Amino acid sequence: MIKNILNLGDAALYCDFGNEVNQEINSNVIKYFYHIKNLNLKGITNLTPSYNKLIISYDLNIHTFISLKKKIENIEIKESKKLEKNLIKIPVCCDNDFALDIKRVENKLKLKSEIILEKFFSKNYFCYMTGFVAGMPFLGDLNQEMRLKRLETPRVKVPKGSVGITEQFCNIYTFETPGGWNILGNTPQNIFDTSNQSNPNLVNPGDTIKFYRITLDQHNEIKR
Amino acid sequence: MKSKDRNYFKILRAGINTTYQDLGRNNLYHIGIPFSGAMDKRNFQLLNSLLQNDYNSPVIEFAYQGPHLKYFGKDIFFCISGNVSFKIMTEEGVVDGNSYQCYLLKNGDEVDIYSTNKSVYGYFSINGTFGVDYYWGSCSINTQAQIGPNNGNKFSKDLEIEIIDINNSFNKRRLDYLGSTIENIRVIKGTNYDYFSESSQNKFFKESFRITKLSDRMGMRLEGPKIENIIDPNIKSEGLVKGVIQITSAGDPIIMLSDHGTIGGYPKIATVISADYDRLVQLTPGSNIKFKDVSLEDAETLYKLYQMETNNLISQIK
Repeated sequence: MIKNILNLGDAALYCDFGNEVNQEINSNVIKYFYHIKNLNLKGITNLTPSYNKLIISYDLNIHTFISLKKKIENIEIKESKKLEKNLIKIPVCCDNDFALDIKRVENKLKLKSEIILEKFFSKNYFCYMTGFVAGMPFLGDLNQEMRLKRLETPRVKVPKGSVGITEQFCNIYTFETPGGWNILGNTPQNIFDTSNQSNPNLVNPGDTIKFYRITLDQHNEIKR
Repeated sequence: MKSKDRNYFKILRAGINTTYQDLGRNNLYHIGIPFSGAMDKRNFQLLNSLLQNDYNSPVIEFAYQGPHLKYFGKDIFFCISGNVSFKIMTEEGVVDGNSYQCYLLKNGDEVDIYSTNKSVYGYFSINGTFGVDYYWGSCSINTQAQIGPNNGNKFSKDLEIEIIDINNSFNKRRLDYLGSTIENIRVIKGTNYDYFSESSQNKFFKESFRITKLSDRMGMRLEGPKIENIIDPNIKSEGLVKGVIQITSAGDPIIMLSDHGTIGGYPKIATVISADYDRLVQLTPGSNIKFKDVSLEDAETLYKLYQMETNNLISQIK
């Protein structure tokens, strides 16, 4: 299922599963990720799954590119094995104070805000990967008519909890960080919990997300 | 603990980006947590060897300017690694200290680490153990994700640094070492090398780039000739590793460092080889660097040589 393995620098394998972004390819990436993770191979220092790539970082004192590439190429994964998938419900408030880019999205999509939000909340989203910053989930796919590019000039600070869209994807900003996604609302729910070291992420690759709409009062209530 | 039994430093001045660091945390990229850890691993290793501490003991890392510390407690030794200027204030007066030498501190003595020289990072530790909390097996502070001791924040004035253990069988040691610098950064071509025009590929290796002030533990931004993208200024977001050089939409290189975001969507033109990483991070803003292309096989050999050199330095500690 891996199409090609290249090197990324001198201490990482770049496993290529294809160029398209879809759930089938991504599910393969995730299967490989969990399989290799569970093998607990000595000298593997990180596994980074994304839409259609898996990067395997290793300790140069233990592996060379050629030796580890062979090991990974020889891995067989049973097709039948199903991924464990959780359905996670996440509350989002779309009050004016939180929907930072709703006007821009209205203009770009030529849809009224209520229609945009109705479409946004009517779908379940699949988690392709988590990362960039701790716990941030990359979710998809938005309907065709909901797709737009990121902001021309990224924000220096996107508030924690912001829920944004770009292209076919949506995400949740787990920390205040720079970013260029179109922000539609904010969740009061903690998506990344540093104190839970065994499972800090609320959302993991392969999970399904259902956003539901809450009022400002409910947002404040949950936040408290 | 009764206060008279405590051994601790009080921070009179925090310095710049002063944090606890060790070798960092592995196997968390998939949830978005980078390695972190000491930026310059060689100086981290040398410091713990000089102090006869465990190889992964926490140390205090600082950038450009270190902390000014006042010590309270039983006699203790400290040591500093990196190219660092500092003063030691005792009852007998003020003396200038040298890196890679161990010094005795008595109750009430002070250490003022006032500057790194022509370099960015320096390291401070003691013949003992700081009282730190561990997060995913590491005490490294990642200020971006607020992970680590001190609530994941850098040190601030008046903070007290606890020492929970002092090694009494310690032998005072030193190393004669002037540090090692680098001008050409060796890289391996990246997975998106063909995203850039031939003339830009040539410029990347022929012309020099200047390190800008927008550089920290997450990344190093460079400026120089614009690198022209002929395919797409973005790729589908995918994993990153330390040392990856991405080209932003504006055509400028940005090098991923120890606290980098784990996923990125800019094309990768090249990756800095592991052997050159410690010396890369020590280059100060304003420095000019040139990139040199090496093969994967050469990079693997160069890393082994670099490690041998580090072990050789450790064996010269006397």
